[in-house]
Amino acid sequence: MRVQKKTVVLDVRHLRTEFGTQERPLVAVDDVSFQVAEGEILGLVGESGSGKSITLRSILGIIRPRGRVAGEILWNGQDLVPLDEARLRRIRGREIAMIFQEPMSSLNPLLTVGLQISENLVAHTDLDARARKARAIELLDLVGIPAARSRLDDFPHEFSGGMRQRVMIAIALASNPKLLLADEPTTALDVTIQDQILRLIQSLSRDLGMAVILVTHDMGVVAETCDRVAVMYGGRLCEIGTTTEVIADARHPYSLGLLRSIPRDVAPRTPLYSIPGAPPALNALPPGCAFSARCPVAGGDCADVRPRLQGAGALRQVACHHLQDALAHFGPREAAQ
Amino acid sequence: MTMPMPMQAGPIPLLSLCALSMRFEKRRSLSDTLARRPQQVVSAVNDVDLDVMPGETLGIVGESGCGKSTLARLIAGLHRPTAGDILFEGKSVVGLKGARRRAYNRRVQMMFQDPYTSLNPRMTVRDTLREAITVHRMRDGAAIDRRVDELLDLVRLPEGAADKYPHEFSGGQRQRIGIARALSLEPTCLVADELVSALDVSIQAQVVNLLIELQDELGLTVLFVAHDLRLVRHVSHRVAVIYLGAIVEIGPSEALFSKPMHPYSKGLLAAAPSLDPSARRRAPALVGELPSPLAIPPGCPFHVRCPHATERCRREKPALRPVGAGMTACHFAETIGDA
Amino acid sequence: MTVLTQSHARTRGRLQTFLVRAFTRPSFVVGIAILGLSLALALFPQVFAPYDPLAFDLQAIQQGPSLAHPFGSDNFGRDVLSRVIWAYRVDMQMAFFATIFALLIGLAVGAFVGYYGGIADAIFGRCVDAIITFPFLVLVIAIVAVLGPGLINMYVAITAVNWVYYARLTRAEIMAQKANDYAAAGRVLGYSDRRIIFRHLLPNAISPILVYWMTDMALAILLGSSLGYLGLGAQPPAAEWGVLIAEGRNFLLTAWWMSLMPGIAIVLTGLGFSLVGDALADLLRPKGR
Repeated sequence: MRVQKKTVVLDVRHLRTEFGTQERPLVAVDDVSFQVAEGEILGLVGESGSGKSITLRSILGIIRPRGRVAGEILWNGQDLVPLDEARLRRIRGREIAMIFQEPMSSLNPLLTVGLQISENLVAHTDLDARARKARAIELLDLVGIPAARSRLDDFPHEFSGGMRQRVMIAIALASNPKLLLADEPTTALDVTIQDQILRLIQSLSRDLGMAVILVTHDMGVVAETCDRVAVMYGGRLCEIGTTTEVIADARHPYSLGLLRSIPRDVAPRTPLYSIPGAPPALNALPPGCAFSARCPVAGGDCADVRPRLQGAGALRQVACHHLQDALAHFGPREAAQ
Repeated sequence: MTMPMPMQAGPIPLLSLCALSMRFEKRRSLSDTLARRPQQVVSAVNDVDLDVMPGETLGIVGESGCGKSTLARLIAGLHRPTAGDILFEGKSVVGLKGARRRAYNRRVQMMFQDPYTSLNPRMTVRDTLREAITVHRMRDGAAIDRRVDELLDLVRLPEGAADKYPHEFSGGQRQRIGIARALSLEPTCLVADELVSALDVSIQAQVVNLLIELQDELGLTVLFVAHDLRLVRHVSHRVAVIYLGAIVEIGPSEALFSKPMHPYSKGLLAAAPSLDPSARRRAPALVGELPSPLAIPPGCPFHVRCPHATERCRREKPALRPVGAGMTACHFAETIGDA
Repeated sequence: MTVLTQSHARTRGRLQTFLVRAFTRPSFVVGIAILGLSLALALFPQVFAPYDPLAFDLQAIQQGPSLAHPFGSDNFGRDVLSRVIWAYRVDMQMAFFATIFALLIGLAVGAFVGYYGGIADAIFGRCVDAIITFPFLVLVIAIVAVLGPGLINMYVAITAVNWVYYARLTRAEIMAQKANDYAAAGRVLGYSDRRIIFRHLLPNAISPILVYWMTDMALAILLGSSLGYLGLGAQPPAAEWGVLIAEGRNFLLTAWWMSLMPGIAIVLTGLGFSLVGDALADLLRPKGR
């Protein structure tokens, strides 16, 4: 598709994830394609029900309730979709690791943090006990937990929310993953702690050459952390491109509306731009553009004809029939301060 | 102590908090009592003085656990403060009972964060609103149902919404029902505790717009408690920044956000994700975490995380004093603020 | 006026959908059929019973099941079927009266301590601890032994112990509901505690308690029968399943039907209550979220 200097590690092609019966499926992810290169952070933004988390979970084959995944998920050239559980498990947790929104429920409350890290080291490395302990301390140190050595024997509940998320990251890093899937890792945290965790993920990605897919609903998180961003709505991609382009110069009416509804550079207490209506239910999606029902520039064809992702500029693709109208409707955007 | 503090000889505040404190005693287990371990006390709100002027929107920001929700609930009368006083139009409203409490709450209403638990799931919207209207005898007879329709119209809920149950609405619509319920008593002052933080971004703007519109239309005073700095900046006339249950900085919204004086406000602002990819930082804006409210550090409560802390900060607790356009509780606000 | 009719129509609509949901559920249909039949038998035993349950027929002593005596006859020639049917009256009464007061007291006490907490709650906690340390049956038997045998005393004894279980359940449910913001909203709206408890918290808390009540009525029949069997509940010659089983105890080898038939009645009625209780648990779960 396009030339990249860095090698692409993950290439998702026409991913489709559906639930329910064969006859009346609920399509949570529909024809989603994107690539992630090593050392790159890709943001996956969208509102609840946009399919961003399901996309992430489809990659690892851990969607619940069990859904049907179609399309190709090429991990270093190998398609993950047809793999059975045993072979998937060899990749999951070793080459691809994942962290979640609520670290407390993904940590075992009955095991010390040290044990949980070395458990992962046992599974994915051949270090001996002493080396594992040293590595565990190293990892906790790496993720910025103060006095790492003395905290190995602590239980998860003895850590604060932010520290738990660091522990989760340390466990994920134990196997030297090449790709980290982060599902709203900072949503449950305060801004100052969120900032710390995002900076940590950023530096880990840079220093270890680790690719990251960061799922979030916050455009600000994307702007500050991600190299590229994919905007999802109703299970489909509406815009994908470099962060700078998408944030400063969005083209899809949904991305434009979303960005415009965040107060910045507007006079205080004036009405904010707001997208009318509410996100659609998965069983009530139109055959055409998922956003057509709320779109200010939708034409007659939008609800029936699905727009394809098309290039708009060198590094960006947009799925919209009315790009010119959208730009005219929202007006040129002043450069962000 | 209980005298209202005349901050300036201007308009009379609608609501005054005077040296307000709230401590929660943690329940002690039998083994703790036997071992003579001291009772643990959570200091949620510490010695807060605050005036709220009629018609203004006062934003209250801080991290979770800083006591901003407790402050909101104190004002709404859901907690009884352990010390200090709350004055509404000059009269103390602490510990009111019966009819006098009802009279106060008719003037001061609250809206809650969680759209899923703040409405009674077994009552229709009409039942919910009718109940509030009849208990306070706001209307009689057929006027009650007319008022219900009026309220739903006011918060832009579609016709036919009245006879539905909460589970039939989306999160944003439920928050509108919460607003309608608060407005049904025609209050003077609204306390909004994280009104939009549980909503999707595209819905947040709708609800915030509604709130601003209603406020201008009805001349309401609003306490907007939130952790989203951009939203607080947008809706508030004045903003108070809370850290460990105490106000560290308060001032006009624009001044505070464009030039924060307290190092914590600075850090908080810098940590909030900006929409400008070119403003990226490699290092986090603020190191460390919020200390436990069970053991608030002596001196300035922020000194453990403050990059500018000196020996004096560890010993001496700074008082809130006028700095620039607002007030700041920092020994070195002038030098830090201008840096 | 139109408003009134509207709200009536609404309530009717709600009830209708509830009934439709209920009667498309096999467990509910079977359970309600069993309970309906039991209730009919309890209310009009004279219609269904072919014989006088107390009439001796010395011509027909301990006859096995036959057309004349489908459930056989006992050692005095009394018709077992008639005695089992008449026993419905006593046993259904027991199911109700042994539990209803416990339910009401438990709701009141549980709602009070759950809502207010504090010292009342602490005292309540100690009471519960004290009562539940004793095995249920032993405590009931001890109380009946003090009061003397008989149905009324049995109700008193069971209620005295049983209310604790209802109160404990109610307390927990009320506390869980009270943590929701709609309870706080009620307080900010200036509602009285009574209104908040009865209009808001209890309707949301009551489903599991009603379900428990259903199963508890089944247990009450078992308990009442046990006490009857031990001679502490209903007194012979009154027909009560426990008493009937006790009467047949000496003839198990020669006239097994004397104990078996009332036993089946107990099991069947218990099943009816459990099925309805289970179905209600599903039906009353609030929708949404």
